[in-house]
Amino acid sequence: MADIALQPRTAKAQIREATAWDQLRTNRNWLGFWFMLPAMGFLIFFLAYPLGLGIWISFTDARIGRPGVFIGTENYEWLWGDSIFWLSVFNTLLYTSVASAIKFAVGLYLALLLNENMPFKAMLRAMVLIPFIVPTVLSALAFWWIFDSQFSIISWSLKHLGLITHNINFLGDTTWARICVIFANIWRGVPFVAITLLAGLQTVQPSLYEAATLDGASKWEMFRYITYPLLTPIIAVVMTFSVLFTFTDFQLIWAMTRGGPVNATHLMATLSYQRAIIAGQLGEGAAISSAMIPFLLAAIMVSWFGLQRRKWQQGENND
Amino acid sequence: MTDLPTLPVDVKAVLSGSSPTVAMDDHSEGMSYLQSVPRRLVTLYLPLSIIVIVLLFPFYWMGLTAIKPDDQLLDLDKFNPFWTWNPTFKHIHKLLFESYYPHWLWNTMYVAICATVLSIFASVLAAYAIVRLRYRGAHWVGGLIFLSYLVPPSILFIPLATVVFQYGLFDSPMALILTYPTILIPFSTWLLMGYFKTIPFELEECALIDGASRWQILVKIVLPLAIPGLISAFIFCFTLCWNEFIYALTFLQSTQNKTVPVAIVNEFVDGDIYRWGSLMAGALCGSLPLVILYAFFVEHYVSAMTGAVKE
Repeated sequence: MADIALQPRTAKAQIREATAWDQLRTNRNWLGFWFMLPAMGFLIFFLAYPLGLGIWISFTDARIGRPGVFIGTENYEWLWGDSIFWLSVFNTLLYTSVASAIKFAVGLYLALLLNENMPFKAMLRAMVLIPFIVPTVLSALAFWWIFDSQFSIISWSLKHLGLITHNINFLGDTTWARICVIFANIWRGVPFVAITLLAGLQTVQPSLYEAATLDGASKWEMFRYITYPLLTPIIAVVMTFSVLFTFTDFQLIWAMTRGGPVNATHLMATLSYQRAIIAGQLGEGAAISSAMIPFLLAAIMVSWFGLQRRKWQQGENND
Repeated sequence: MTDLPTLPVDVKAVLSGSSPTVAMDDHSEGMSYLQSVPRRLVTLYLPLSIIVIVLLFPFYWMGLTAIKPDDQLLDLDKFNPFWTWNPTFKHIHKLLFESYYPHWLWNTMYVAICATVLSIFASVLAAYAIVRLRYRGAHWVGGLIFLSYLVPPSILFIPLATVVFQYGLFDSPMALILTYPTILIPFSTWLLMGYFKTIPFELEECALIDGASRWQILVKIVLPLAIPGLISAFIFCFTLCWNEFIYALTFLQSTQNKTVPVAIVNEFVDGDIYRWGSLMAGALCGSLPLVILYAFFVEHYVSAMTGAVKE
């Protein structure tokens, strides 16, 4: 020890000054930049840039294989006078509002049912989610077959029950076609709503219900004044997602009806695909899909405020 | 499932339902024993069984159609349509040995796995940086990533098609491998951020004092603890890829390169005589891999789904 103490001071230079490189290497912002690089690269090149490009294309007369020139709002003016476009807007709004409302009602009901105590509970819950797992297009094909005009199993059953005499032309009649695609969408969306709401239901303390029972509350009052208020935040989020994905739905319609009969089931997404890719009018198709953006913004606002309220209710700090 | 970090939403409870943790905390057993059996039959079992039957019937119908002989398929009067006594594997055999179906399955799998691995890699880094590095503006970046989750493919496919064409990726699996992460990264980043937040800060501080670099901390400490989250993100991303339709429909052209959903819709429908048997067999074979995967990882799947909305 004494030897070390007697060493000249110069030998202690092992502890070197932190170089600029060392400081940079531990700098949060510098490290953060490199950690964010892959994700940001993807999102900027394949999401943000196309989003802007899409809006630009909607102001040009681009076609497939020919970059367009700027033509101002001509595409939008043309769409303004296009009855098929307005029909698709109407269809989209109808599809979204009816499907989302029923999805919410049935999903909440199913969640409440699944929250009860019963045998084979775990298996039931796992089975309920299957429609959500299976690729939409493939289940849409099953529905296409179920709703076939000649060999539909529904027509067959109803005929044998004596309720109808002729086959129902499910996907050939405008009203029936709309009902069928909305039904298929509800069928696919209910499991998602039910399972996420079920997750929310499980955080509700059972003692609240016991207290309410002692106070003489009815089943409905318990739902209205305990379950529903506690679920509101999660409902806001789930329904925002549900509305968003129903509004921009494409594959279900494309697999079942391709927008037919007589455009009765054309949504904005399917119409923009038809105009842009099949007919080659990129500019017009981009204008149709850009017209969806205001609706999406509205949905995002709802989601945002739903999230804020949730945080406030849980007393979380803002990190 | 002790390895699941404590989520605000208890995944295990969602699935097993056997006395959720909150219920154990407040020592109550619920009040279902107060109801009589006939009452429960009408208010619970009857509606529940109707809903479950409606939810599962299309799959039964799909499976039944796939194994029915052709003459029974279209003759509803002579044979009971709800059952068949002489199942055949003709449709499935035809599908697997006389069409491009194995090709399509392979394409779907290849694209899904590559895109998922890429996105999980990018999301792990991004989520770690946002939650733990907390660089300047991390809060805002987190918000932006959530917003990008809400941008649907149906408004991006037209400009993306031109981008893909410019980069010379048209009609190649790379087009899908590079574009799918735009759907997957926002979701899995958001999910992993939730998981990383549950890992105690102290562990990282210890490692920092011991001289570990950030990269070492991520690989040796954070990731092993976040494995359930990684599995959830992986499975959910894989399912999303398998399910994706509009990009695959727009960016791929040649029959051999297609993915299962697109190929079935476009290649199996010829004229007016729909080949229902092979169509349904194709739909069944395309769904089975996902259902099997789901059966093994139900809990992770649910945690991914509820995790995405819980934040």
